[in-house]
Amino acid sequence: MSNTQAPVRRQSGRLRRGLASLGWALAGVLLVVVMWELVKVIGSLVTLPLDTGDQAMPHVWTMLQGAMQPEVRGSDTTVLQAVVSATLRSLLVAMGGFAIGVAIGLLLAVIMQRFWFFERGLLPFVIASQTVPLIALAPLIVGIGNRISIGPVQWNTTYSVMFIASYLAFFPLSVGALRGLQAPTATHIELMRSYAATPGQTLRKLRFPASVPYLVPAMKVSAAAAVVGTVVAEISTGVRGGIGRLVIEYAREMTASPAKVYVAVFGAIAVGLLAAALVAALDMALTRNLPKEHSA
Amino acid sequence: MRSLASRRITGLVGLVAVGAIALTACGGGSSSTESSAAPASSAAAPASSAAASAPAAECTDPTPVNLQLQWFAQAQFAGYYAAKDKGFYKDQCLDVTILEGGVDIVPQTQLAQGNADFAIAWVPKALASREQGANIVNVAQVYQKSGTLQVAWADSGIKTPADFKGKKVGNWGFGNEFEVFAAITQAGLDPANDVTLVQQQFDMKGLLSKEIDAAEAMTYNEYAQLLEAKNPDTGKLYTPEDFTVISYEDQGVGMLQDAIWASEERLSDPAYQDLTQRFVTASLKGWIYCRDNAAECADIVTANGSKLGKSHQLWMMNEVNKLIWPSPAGVGVMDPDKWAQTVEISMGTKNLEGATVLTAQPADGSYTTQYAEAADQSLEAEGLNVTGDAFAPITVTLNEGGN
Repeated sequence: MSNTQAPVRRQSGRLRRGLASLGWALAGVLLVVVMWELVKVIGSLVTLPLDTGDQAMPHVWTMLQGAMQPEVRGSDTTVLQAVVSATLRSLLVAMGGFAIGVAIGLLLAVIMQRFWFFERGLLPFVIASQTVPLIALAPLIVGIGNRISIGPVQWNTTYSVMFIASYLAFFPLSVGALRGLQAPTATHIELMRSYAATPGQTLRKLRFPASVPYLVPAMKVSAAAAVVGTVVAEISTGVRGGIGRLVIEYAREMTASPAKVYVAVFGAIAVGLLAAALVAALDMALTRNLPKEHSA
Repeated sequence: MRSLASRRITGLVGLVAVGAIALTACGGGSSSTESSAAPASSAAAPASSAAASAPAAECTDPTPVNLQLQWFAQAQFAGYYAAKDKGFYKDQCLDVTILEGGVDIVPQTQLAQGNADFAIAWVPKALASREQGANIVNVAQVYQKSGTLQVAWADSGIKTPADFKGKKVGNWGFGNEFEVFAAITQAGLDPANDVTLVQQQFDMKGLLSKEIDAAEAMTYNEYAQLLEAKNPDTGKLYTPEDFTVISYEDQGVGMLQDAIWASEERLSDPAYQDLTQRFVTASLKGWIYCRDNAAECADIVTANGSKLGKSHQLWMMNEVNKLIWPSPAGVGVMDPDKWAQTVEISMGTKNLEGATVLTAQPADGSYTTQYAEAADQSLEAEGLNVTGDAFAPITVTLNEGGN
């Protein structure tokens, strides 16, 4: 009896916990809405150091109204639809950049861990790569991209954005992964050596599992960097289709319809949240495998 | 000027060569020997018209061309989009890719680095890049007038730049501020002490909330944004009567704006000269088309992905036409007086940091009129009016939010 009931109870418990966290999330959103309107009310009573007029801070309901309006008069797509599709596109580009960044970051970490002279020689360059300002780099990459065509494949500005995203994403991961790969203690490594394990085996059986606790937070930072890279590159170079471009497009209309740009800004926030959620799912998958590997 | 004249001759010779090839394709061997035997001066006109109207069918391998804009697709660049959509580029055997700008994209830099074949840029900014080593040449001065305004509230008492004294004057900075500084200096004021200069956002919120007394605006964009906004007191849109407008063009401190720039290094290559000629001819034809078909051109730009509202787009198209037409010397041909004025302000007006746009007179050959003149010649031969002497702007009613 207990055998059949246990999973049901566990499932309902999970459901309840899921609902509770959803409730908390909604409460958080509500709190922000209330605070936004509260600042506007206070701003109308006393002078605040920021402009709280409807021009600069439109009401939440004005934003919702703005989201439902057609993007351009007569067009079938609403502002919301345009923002959602741009959000998904930016998310896709950011995740593409993230995946490339993770692959490159891991590869670099493995090389740097395996050969100490690479760590000495490469690490300074890896760090230096992140000190180049993005706004200087982005037009350069997009400009060079315009000239690239490999056979029939014409380089696309979207690839440039993905490249910039991966450029930002690889760094936190390679540094985190390197620390993770170096995490096993001397005792563990000596044990592997006593088994006459090859470096490859040590890597697979010892170093990778040991690096997971370091990889997960590094991935979170990388994903955030990829999203920032994508949105900033889109703004900086005006690449079409993504949320960064939409923020600028709508910001131009701020004089007459100030609510529109906020809808796009929420889209940009959504890209970040969705990316974080995807990494959290990845995290769960990685850590769930961890005990199995220990028991094997 | 001597070098210009000699370049012009090489340009004509190039045209004749193109015309000869076209004729060979059309009429067979006999006509080609005739045209090549004729003296260059008399052959130039028919040959260039033949080149311009060469049908697309003869073009088996169109030359790929990248054009870098300063900003996103909008009616400011309608002529190029029209030339692409109406097949004027294709008629010249060109396959033009129009590259939109972005916040950090500097068109003349993209051109100088070889990432684009041609670029659209404002004259002072392009000349500043040129002084810093970018080898670029103005091959067609499309906009004949400056579209920069300073807009104030009608009840603010600001009617001329002299009234800026003690006021908060908005400007965009980043090299967009020199007309403002020139007007302030010309009015006998000291920009550093007599006015409060405010860095302005690229929208007109600052003026509407009265944080700024006079805001910088383009006739074709920001000024329209004001007229598309609702006055919260009346519930209706603002009207031109609510504002006073100071035009820097009328103040005599206008600086030349949108022009087509080409690579100076590559202009020594006859193939690129020919490419430039074909590109300028087709682009100017696009602008002529947009003068006569403003509504259609506005729609073409929107169809090319501009997110501006319909009435805002048409307003921009109409205002841009006003900046281009009439072009007394022919569309795209530089007005030497306007050039001199632009250079003079670029060299003589200091901003708050004491910097000028240019430190020295730009070298000869910073601009050339040969391509625009040859283009106008062949477009005129097609029966087009290249000066727009009879141009009359349309009336555009702006709707809320530019819709």
